Amino acid sequence: MIRNSAAAMADALSKKEITSVELTQLHLDRIDAVDSQVHAFLHVDREGALSQAAAVDAKRAAGEKLSPLAGVPLALKDVMTQKGIPTTAGSKILEGWRPPYDSTVVTNLKANGIVILGKTNMDEFAMGSSTENSAYGTTHNPWDLDRIPGGSGGGSAASLAAFQAPLAIGTDTGGSIRQPAAVTGTVGVKPTYGGVSRYGLIAFSSSLDQAGPCARTVLDAALLHEAIAGYDKKDSTSINAPVPAVVAAAKKLDVKGLKIGVVKELSGDGYQAGVKSRFDEALQELVSAGAEIVEVSCPNFEYALAAYYLIAPSEASSNLARFDSMRYGIRVGDDGSAGAEEVMRMTREVGFGKEVKRRIILGTYALSSGYYDAYYGSAQKVRTLIVQDFAKAFAHADVLVSPTCPTTAFKIGEKSNDPLAMYLNDIATIPVNMAGIGGMSLPVGLSPDDGLPVGFQIMSAAMKDDLMYQVGGTLEAALLSKWGAPILTNAPELAAK
Amino acid sequence: MALTYNDAIEKYEPTLGLEVHVELNTHSKMFCGCATVFGAEPNTQTCPVCLGLPGSLPAVNGKAIESTILIGLALNCSIAPFSRFARKNYFYPDMPKNFQTSQFDEPICVNGYLDVEIDTDEGLKAFRVEIERVHMEEDTGKSLHVGGATGRIHGAEYSLLDYNRAGIPLVEIVTKIIPGTGKYAPAVARAYVTELRDILRSLGVSDVKMEQGSLRCDANVSLAEIGSGKLGTRSETKNVNSLRSVERAVSGEMVRQANRLEKGERIVQETRHFLEESGVTRPGRSKEQAEDYRYFPEPDLVPVTPDAEWIEALRATLPEKPSLRRKRLQAEWNVPDKEMTSMVNAELLDTVEETVLLGSDPTKARSWWLGEISRLANEKEVAATSLITPAQVAEVISLIASGDLTDKLARQVVEGVISGEGTPAQVIEKRGLKVVSDDSALMVAIEAAIAAQPDTAERIRGGNIPAAGALIGAVMKATGGQADAAKVRELLLKHLGQS
Repeated sequence: MIRNSAAAMADALSKKEITSVELTQLHLDRIDAVDSQVHAFLHVDREGALSQAAAVDAKRAAGEKLSPLAGVPLALKDVMTQKGIPTTAGSKILEGWRPPYDSTVVTNLKANGIVILGKTNMDEFAMGSSTENSAYGTTHNPWDLDRIPGGSGGGSAASLAAFQAPLAIGTDTGGSIRQPAAVTGTVGVKPTYGGVSRYGLIAFSSSLDQAGPCARTVLDAALLHEAIAGYDKKDSTSINAPVPAVVAAAKKLDVKGLKIGVVKELSGDGYQAGVKSRFDEALQELVSAGAEIVEVSCPNFEYALAAYYLIAPSEASSNLARFDSMRYGIRVGDDGSAGAEEVMRMTREVGFGKEVKRRIILGTYALSSGYYDAYYGSAQKVRTLIVQDFAKAFAHADVLVSPTCPTTAFKIGEKSNDPLAMYLNDIATIPVNMAGIGGMSLPVGLSPDDGLPVGFQIMSAAMKDDLMYQVGGTLEAALLSKWGAPILTNAPELAAK
Repeated sequence: MALTYNDAIEKYEPTLGLEVHVELNTHSKMFCGCATVFGAEPNTQTCPVCLGLPGSLPAVNGKAIESTILIGLALNCSIAPFSRFARKNYFYPDMPKNFQTSQFDEPICVNGYLDVEIDTDEGLKAFRVEIERVHMEEDTGKSLHVGGATGRIHGAEYSLLDYNRAGIPLVEIVTKIIPGTGKYAPAVARAYVTELRDILRSLGVSDVKMEQGSLRCDANVSLAEIGSGKLGTRSETKNVNSLRSVERAVSGEMVRQANRLEKGERIVQETRHFLEESGVTRPGRSKEQAEDYRYFPEPDLVPVTPDAEWIEALRATLPEKPSLRRKRLQAEWNVPDKEMTSMVNAELLDTVEETVLLGSDPTKARSWWLGEISRLANEKEVAATSLITPAQVAEVISLIASGDLTDKLARQVVEGVISGEGTPAQVIEKRGLKVVSDDSALMVAIEAAIAAQPDTAERIRGGNIPAAGALIGAVMKATGGQADAAKVRELLLKHLGQS
């Protein structure tokens, strides 16, 4: 049962073949069995999950109308506040903090009867591409425990690949949903910026952060997408418009007449050969399904990474200023001998990890008087150019595509001392965040050179999220009929320990 | 020898700049739904947003934007079709996010002016104060530093933080530099803040209580030698909590700076704190090293883009300018300049107007409020308006006009209302204060007096009119002073055949 799709689980629940309590218990058992190897979870809320599940079962027994995913378990990235549940954003500085409020995503999950199993590991404050920056240890890729599960949402993606949860919530600032999905053979979607409320998402970079669904199938992602998306007056940047009909789009299984734009700049040098070949094969599947392939050029993508590493750290340097030990989180040096400012300094020294400090310093510098125009100002101009590149490209194509990442999962420790190499991992995902559009990664096979999953990225214009689900759903169905079984059946069996 | 104010203005020319912070009186905070009641228990008006908890986000209070636009319009500003919030980054324990959400290079209102008049020995003088910008921001929390001698953070044993004030909407109104005020600089500063306060009050956007901090003024002052054509180094005086203090702070700073310059010392660019008791300023934070607030556009909020139609609709609701209204009322009520000034200074203009609008004669309304009621208010050390309502005063005035009360009785009625004995009608009833105007009742008393003093009555009948005084006195005594003496006299003389 735990290897089924969320849609299949929901179907079994609605047919009363299984209860939500039973389904939740199966997942809790699986977590107990394999999480010592995967380390996807930072906190497992056994009692809370089972009582949520029991409440859904009671409603179902009473004949109440339930939402499509009611009773299905989910793993929540630890960057989202959940009332009363430890929330750390992967940082030591928030150790022991229990938020007094639910994020809007959690409110929506609860309203849909989706059972929250616990909080998943991540790079500290979502800064990283491997979860190696978590203050609470690295998550391991279920495909190869010596490899990274991607980041920052490596915990969420790994929990799906390890069958600890059928659904997960991620957040994506520069690829933190899509890159982990790519390297774990799962599906991850960054909705249009403003599509899902950021209220309760612990901010890394406010203008780039976006929560979204993680799943093992395109349809599951769509179902979760519709459950969490929508306008929220608590988030001024959320879009006050109807949620695109992504579930219907995921079920269309038809791309006849759609134009698929291949972004010239997101391929070639630096892309692993096996990644490239699987990407090209996937394109052929789309052609066979009736889509038209066009090549588009986005010349300013070349500057996206550099601009991103000015804008995101700048916003982060301000967003992370609030972690000063005065109101929540850990406090260091509070023995009466030091003043408030000194206590703040000591707390931040101990509470933040190396990568977070690196970005705070970078952002502080970029915003400083005398440097602002050259750094932050120029980066914003690049951002405008990227928006224009996308606008031109979407004039020629309904969706754009690229490999999600240049490579498959790398080894733990391989890039942890080389930040630039690590940053390059997000080269294909970052432009989507810079422009605020939608992006999806879905698995298109295993790289012939290392046998690891390859991710295929589909990008759609703002509030046209349905188009990427339509293309993704069609491609997934074509590949499934070719493979005969989901890609994760190729993953090694994790021994229960 | 130290220079006096008069010495200072002989030699130096002051330049002013005024920054006024106004707390808006919206029911909820700038970026969340928390209440804004003044003086509530510490930390009871807070939520994840104004506490800056991880994950929380601001959402703009539309009412605060409306109030700010109204202020801008009343100050003759242009309203920007596109303005943005910006983050002002600095660490301080009472600032929950360690940045203040404010506006920086894209404020909502720009380029206005405010005309003020000051009363001088040479008559009324007009000055135009140009407004650079009006922008919105959120207030910080409040720190209470416990222990230590100064109540400041340095030397304190510990500090208490109250976040009730964190996130209260603030509007900052910044003037351009105000040159050419010369010896009138302190008076112009006071007149500007006064006029601004009156405008804000007439707009109904703020409580404008300087003593509670809902209106705060920072005064920038610099001096340069007259005719030098230069601008001196400025100081910024904070903590100026009354109109009188605005005037004293500016003149005090002018004298202090003149004395330093005279001794060849330089003026340090710094903030200074005004000390209410002594009227002098003491140094605060140095601004010699410009602080770097690393402003950048607030990514959590969308730009503010008020449409022209809305702005015009708001403009149409602007009330009469307080200065014009004063002139109009003075003319309508025929009030001498001096009395007008005392009425304005006593802050009783609105109250008198309200009383007049309820039908009272303007002169009578003014004399009651500024006379008897103000006297009682001063005794009790409270505001006149807290003692009695315009409606009650109007009722008393109307009872005098109808002859139901004499001035003397009316004072007793007012005193009764103020002592909490109820409405004027209730006081009259309880104390039995009504003028006895019923002729037949009076005649009974008159006849009784005649019967008691037949000789006096005879003398009156014989034409000795002054003798009537004794009988009138007897009637007044018998009626407990509630009869109208003139009426008694009229009836008595008529009864004795003398009219």
